[in-house]
Amino acid sequence: MAAIEVHDLVKKYGELEALRGITFSVSEGEVFGLIGPNGAGKTTTLRVLATLLEVTSGEVKIGGYDLVKQADQVRKIISYLPEDAGAYKNMKGIDYLKFIANFFNDQNTKEMLERGIKVANLGERLDDRIDTYSKGMQRRLLVARALMIRPKLAILDELTTGLDVLNAQAIRKTVKETARQGTTVLLSSHNMLEVELMCDRIALINDGRIVATGSPQELKAKYNASNIEDVFVEVVR
Amino acid sequence: MSSLGNIMKKEIRELLTPGTLIPIIIFAIIFGSLGNAFGGATEKFDDPPIIGIINQDGSAISKLVYADFTARSNVVYNGTDFQEGIDVVMANDGAALFVISDNFGQNISENKSGVIQVYWIMNGAGLMDSFTSASADVVLQAVTMDLSRALIDTHYTDNSTVILSPINATQNTIFKGTQMDGVSPGMISAVMTGQGFIVPLIVVMVVIYAGSMVVTSMGSEKENKTLETLLTLPVRRTSIVFGKLAGAAIVGLILAAIYMVGLGYYMNSLTSGASLDLAQYGISLSIFDYVLVGISLFLSLLSALALCMILGIFTKNYKAAQTMTLPVTMLALIPMFVLMFSDFDTLPPLAQVLVFAIPFSQPIIAINSLMFGEVAIVLLGIAYEVAFALATMFIAVYLFKKDILLTGRVKSAHSKKGWRSFLVPRKPK
Repeated sequence: MAAIEVHDLVKKYGELEALRGITFSVSEGEVFGLIGPNGAGKTTTLRVLATLLEVTSGEVKIGGYDLVKQADQVRKIISYLPEDAGAYKNMKGIDYLKFIANFFNDQNTKEMLERGIKVANLGERLDDRIDTYSKGMQRRLLVARALMIRPKLAILDELTTGLDVLNAQAIRKTVKETARQGTTVLLSSHNMLEVELMCDRIALINDGRIVATGSPQELKAKYNASNIEDVFVEVVR
Repeated sequence: MSSLGNIMKKEIRELLTPGTLIPIIIFAIIFGSLGNAFGGATEKFDDPPIIGIINQDGSAISKLVYADFTARSNVVYNGTDFQEGIDVVMANDGAALFVISDNFGQNISENKSGVIQVYWIMNGAGLMDSFTSASADVVLQAVTMDLSRALIDTHYTDNSTVILSPINATQNTIFKGTQMDGVSPGMISAVMTGQGFIVPLIVVMVVIYAGSMVVTSMGSEKENKTLETLLTLPVRRTSIVFGKLAGAAIVGLILAAIYMVGLGYYMNSLTSGASLDLAQYGISLSIFDYVLVGISLFLSLLSALALCMILGIFTKNYKAAQTMTLPVTMLALIPMFVLMFSDFDTLPPLAQVLVFAIPFSQPIIAINSLMFGEVAIVLLGIAYEVAFALATMFIAVYLFKKDILLTGRVKSAHSKKGWRSFLVPRKPK
C-alpha cells in the first residue's frame, strides 16, 4: 500500500490556483522530496497533506485514509515540521516534548519521550527554557518532536534551512535513520545537495504542476545533468 | 526623503491601519452620542420640574408658598390625597410631591421653621436619573429664598433663624416604587454607586485582560508557527478552541476574584460614611441572587473570550493582536458608561435594546435588577448570554477548520473589492 496517494490535487486561494492538479504517490518507507522554485506550490502541497489547508478538488489518501473525510485519522499517523517552526518559548525543552507526547495517550509516552530526548541530543540544555536555545538547538528539538512519535509519515518543510553544516548534517542523519526504521518521509527543500543525499525519489514542481518525477539518478540521466541542481534548472527553464 | 522622515513614514503606515482607526472612530461616535444625551438631559433640567403639591395648611403663608411652587413648576397634582398625588406625579414622570404640613404657618408665626415633607421620585440610580430631582430641589431652594424675602418685606418676624431657613424640608424618597422615609436621593445614589460600580469595573477589567490574553495567544501561536504544529496533532479543533477558552476563563475568574476583593475594600472605604442600609427596605441580594450574578459574569467572560478567539483567528502576529482587542474593550466600556449615567429601566427603548444586545451588559443589569427582585430580565439576559456564547464558540470552531486561520484576512489582488475581500484568504508565502 502506498503511504501517500495524490490524484489531481487542486488548491485555490480565491481565484489564484496554487496547485493545478498534481498527482504523485509515495511508497511506505520511502524518502520523497519536492523541489521547485519559490511559489511553485511545495509548501502548499505539504500543508494540504498535513491537514492544515482545505482541498479544493482532487483526491488524497494518506496511509489509506481519505484526507478530507478522515482528517482526524490522518493526524494520528503523520508528523509535520513547518519551515521556520517555533516552540513555546516559555517552556523548557523537556516540557515541550512532554506536552507533545501527551497528545498521544494511546502510545507509550515514556518510550516516546526517551526517543525524543535521544533525537534532540541536547543533554542538560533540555532543562533550560526554549527562548535560551540557539536556532540549531531549537530545530533539533523540533525534529525530535516530529520524529519521537514514530509517525507513519513525516512531512518536513525545508528541514535544515538556516542551520550550519554540522547541525544540518546531524538532522539529516536522524531523519535517514528514522526512515530506515519504517517512517515514510515527504520533504521539501531548496538545498539540492540535501535532496540528492536524502531522497529515494523526487518530484520537481513548478507553477503548481509536477513537471518531473523519478530517482535522482533517473532524473540526472534523463536530463543529461551531472547533479540535481542542473536538472532543476533544465526543467524549470 | 531624510532618514528620519523615512522611518517616520514607515512607522505611521504600520501603525495607522483601519484596525487601529475604526475602533477609535466608533468610540468617538459613541462618546459624541453620550454627549448629545447629556445635552438633552441638561435641556430637560432647564424646563420647569414636574411636581405635585398637597397643601394641608390653610394659612396665608402656606398659600404664598403654594403659589410660588405653582409659578416655578409644572404642577400635575394639587389635591389632598397622598397616594393619589404620588401616583399622578409618577405617572407624569415627575420629580417630587411636596406636602405642606398643616401647622406650616403656625410654626413660622411661632418662630419655628415650617415643615414641608418632600417625597422625591427616583426611578433609577444613574447620574442622569438624579437630574429631575435636582431640578425640583432648585425650585425648593428658590421658594425658600422667596419666603425669606417675603418675611423680611412684610416684617412678619424678626427672628433671624426663621428668616434664614423658614422651611424645614424632610427628605423622603420613592425609589423604584419603594418608599424610604428620611432618605434623600443623594444618600441612595451614594450607596447604589458604591455597590453598582464593582460589577461593571470587574466586567471591564476581566474582559480586557482575559480577552487580550486570548487574542495575543493566537497572535503568538501564529508568529511562532506553533499553531501549525498544534493543528496537525491528533486533537480535535473543538478541543483546541475549548482548551484555549477554558484556560483563559480560569485565569479570568482568578482575576475577577482578585478584583472583587480589591474593589470591594475600595468601595467600602468610599461609602463607609453612608449610614443607609438598603436591606431594611428589601433592596438587597440573596445568595441565589449572587449565584445568578456569578453565572451572568462567567457567561459574559466566556462570550468575551469566544469573541476574542474569533478576532484572534484574523490576527497575523503578536503586534497585530494588540489592536485586535480594542473592539471588545469598547463593547465592555459602552454598557459601563451608559449604565453609569442612566439606569437600564430609564433608558429609551432603542438604547435598551442596544445595551441588552451587548453580552457584557448582563452582569451589570443583573446586579441592579436583582436588588429590586426583577428576576425575569436577569434570566432572559442569562439565556441571551448562553445563546451568544454558544454562537460565538461555534463560529470560532468553524473558522478553526478553515484556511483563513492560517492564511489570515487580507485583500487579494485577484478578488473584487467589498465583502469578498474579507473571505478570500491569501496564498501563504
